[in-house]
Amino acid sequence: MKSDIILAGVGGQGILSIAAVIGQAAISAGLHMKQSEVHGMSQRGGDVQSHLRISDKEVFSDLVPHGAADMILSVEPMEALRYLPWLSKQGWIITNSQPFVNIPNYPDAQAIIAEIEKKPRHIIMNADEMAKAAGNSRGMNMVMAGAASLFIDIPLEKMEGAIEFLFGRKGPEIVKSNIAAFRAGREFAQKKRG
Amino acid sequence: MAKEKMMLMGDEAIAQGAIDAGVSGFYAYPGTPSTEIMEYAQHSKDAAALNIHRQWSANEKTAMESALGMSYCGKRALVSMKHVGLNVAADPFVNSGVTGANGGIIVVAADDPSMHSSQNEQDSRILARFALLPIFEPANQQEAYDMAFAGYELSEKYKTPVMLRITTRLAHSRAGVALKERRAQNGAKLPENKRQFVLLPGIARKQYKTLVANQAKFEEESEKSPFNRYIDGTDKSRGIIACGLAYNYLMENYPDGCPHPVLKLCQYPAPKKLVEKLVKETKEILVLEDGQPMVEESLRGLLDRDVRVKGRLTGELPRDGELNPLFVRRALGMADICGEPTPAIVAGRPPAFCVGCGHIDAYNAIKEVVTKGYEDGHVFADIGCYTLAALPPFEVVNSCVDMGASITMAKGAADAGLFPACAVIGDSTFCHSGMTGLLDCVVENANVVIFILDNSATAMTGGQDSHATGRLQEICKGLGVKEEHIRIVNPLKKNHEEMVRVIKEEIEYKGVSVIIPTRECIQTLGKKNKKGGE
Repeated sequence: MKSDIILAGVGGQGILSIAAVIGQAAISAGLHMKQSEVHGMSQRGGDVQSHLRISDKEVFSDLVPHGAADMILSVEPMEALRYLPWLSKQGWIITNSQPFVNIPNYPDAQAIIAEIEKKPRHIIMNADEMAKAAGNSRGMNMVMAGAASLFIDIPLEKMEGAIEFLFGRKGPEIVKSNIAAFRAGREFAQKKRG
Repeated sequence: MAKEKMMLMGDEAIAQGAIDAGVSGFYAYPGTPSTEIMEYAQHSKDAAALNIHRQWSANEKTAMESALGMSYCGKRALVSMKHVGLNVAADPFVNSGVTGANGGIIVVAADDPSMHSSQNEQDSRILARFALLPIFEPANQQEAYDMAFAGYELSEKYKTPVMLRITTRLAHSRAGVALKERRAQNGAKLPENKRQFVLLPGIARKQYKTLVANQAKFEEESEKSPFNRYIDGTDKSRGIIACGLAYNYLMENYPDGCPHPVLKLCQYPAPKKLVEKLVKETKEILVLEDGQPMVEESLRGLLDRDVRVKGRLTGELPRDGELNPLFVRRALGMADICGEPTPAIVAGRPPAFCVGCGHIDAYNAIKEVVTKGYEDGHVFADIGCYTLAALPPFEVVNSCVDMGASITMAKGAADAGLFPACAVIGDSTFCHSGMTGLLDCVVENANVVIFILDNSATAMTGGQDSHATGRLQEICKGLGVKEEHIRIVNPLKKNHEEMVRVIKEEIEYKGVSVIIPTRECIQTLGKKNKKGGE
């Protein structure tokens, strides 16, 4: 089993919470894992990415090689496109549809979505809205993690166990609402993938 | 007893390794990508229980010197910094090679090839070689942890500081690390030789000879180091020297094992015998190293006649920037694997000020003054979030060179007749390297306006405590700035007119003015409010 994921977003959107959930699940499933992240200047509203590599064999490079990513998982649509050079021919783009506009020259949002739709394997979802509907307005990242989980060969209970492990100290309510957001994302991806 | 694996970033692995190897003190100034070493130590319950020193220093030089003082007492010390921080600490760092250590010292230099968050991409291995010190360069998180143990052993065996060199990628990447049995801290033990740390010429000359004589022993250690491995291969058309992290990129491209003989090089000085073996057995050598071509250059030599050595100098790898699996793949002569190019519609997204940041209001006032009425004005800035005013929409910053350079460049420009000469520096950067420059200004009563943007934090690196908090006015007064020309303003939109007026008044004053826009960093404030609310 091997799963190379590029997590994408904008500094401050909290993509590392997604990395933490999937990474923790990988560890509890006894898999090898490396996860590199961006600290420093870019965290101030710049484009940020995290490379998450999971495998049943030893992982060497901390970076996903070009053309090798099984998935681009993005919390922002334009950022999903930035990392296409890393996506493998069979790879999936899973992205939030909601733009994060903090630059004056942000392109036309429709055109961005159209560009993503040109790719054969993609799931575009309004994760902000789905999080709200699941009763967790701050759960966008968990919705995205849930959608991604469908494509990663790690048992669901390990994934949900990771959420419990990471949010447990914040109380059972927080765990519950994060799991609800996670499940909403997973169900949506299930329908889309068919 | 084997313990379970911990998920640690390279930085964290080093800190945990030092804690488990019996360190008594961490010393550092924040700087990407080294910051998380100290932060980990500060949050570590183990470190707290063991009463390990773990507070920030004013700058890398004071950190290095404090580490040396702890070593003087026989205790183990770890000092960490980013590569450019090592320049600041270069004086004590290089001389620590001559004094040597008493308790073990590990100097962590975290390099930033590709300048993700830096002003240059210098290779700290070269500075360690300059100081004639041994270097450890981990290939992965486990080695980063293990090298804390090995580093202190080597340091105490030869009474020498050692460098632990990492790059951004390892610093900020997590993997599982198996922990070792914890070793107790050293007891206090003062230097046996009372002159060891007294670098008077007569003493220094003698000690320098010892350091030079130790080079052969350091090399011998590298020959037998478990971190340096000769891995044989059947295809002798090429031998590969893979330094530190580059080893991973090599193996990534050979999932079933590398067919060529490989020297995995993670401890320096380079082991001559192992290199010789590789050179003898193979037709050409490819050197993979992140940073500058240090090993490659030393293999080629001054006359550069050895056409068999390939690497960054011969175009197999890019001459600058961080390595990655693709660059290494190309150097190995394999065809590219790459996804589609980034579509043209994707716009750049440079970092920017946070919404609600006080720097925005301060710069709005500064920009208004230097674009209306004082168009000849230049703004010399410094290292920190506020450098972002070089980018749109402000574009009001004319320089960013090194920590503290804003004040002294403004002074030099004022000396040359530039008016108005303004400096913008953050509170933490001011305490790091701005105070001495301000003293220069005061002594000559230079005609400068210095803005110290006080957000009560070392913000760019994640909001660490600043030495300046609550002390800025007193420091400026103490350095001799006239009290009536130390002006505190509150950078809020509603105070814009007042700020503009204050700036104009101080520009018109012919002498040293310090304006201190004071408002806490929106990020650290947010974190505090969140904590209070829980």
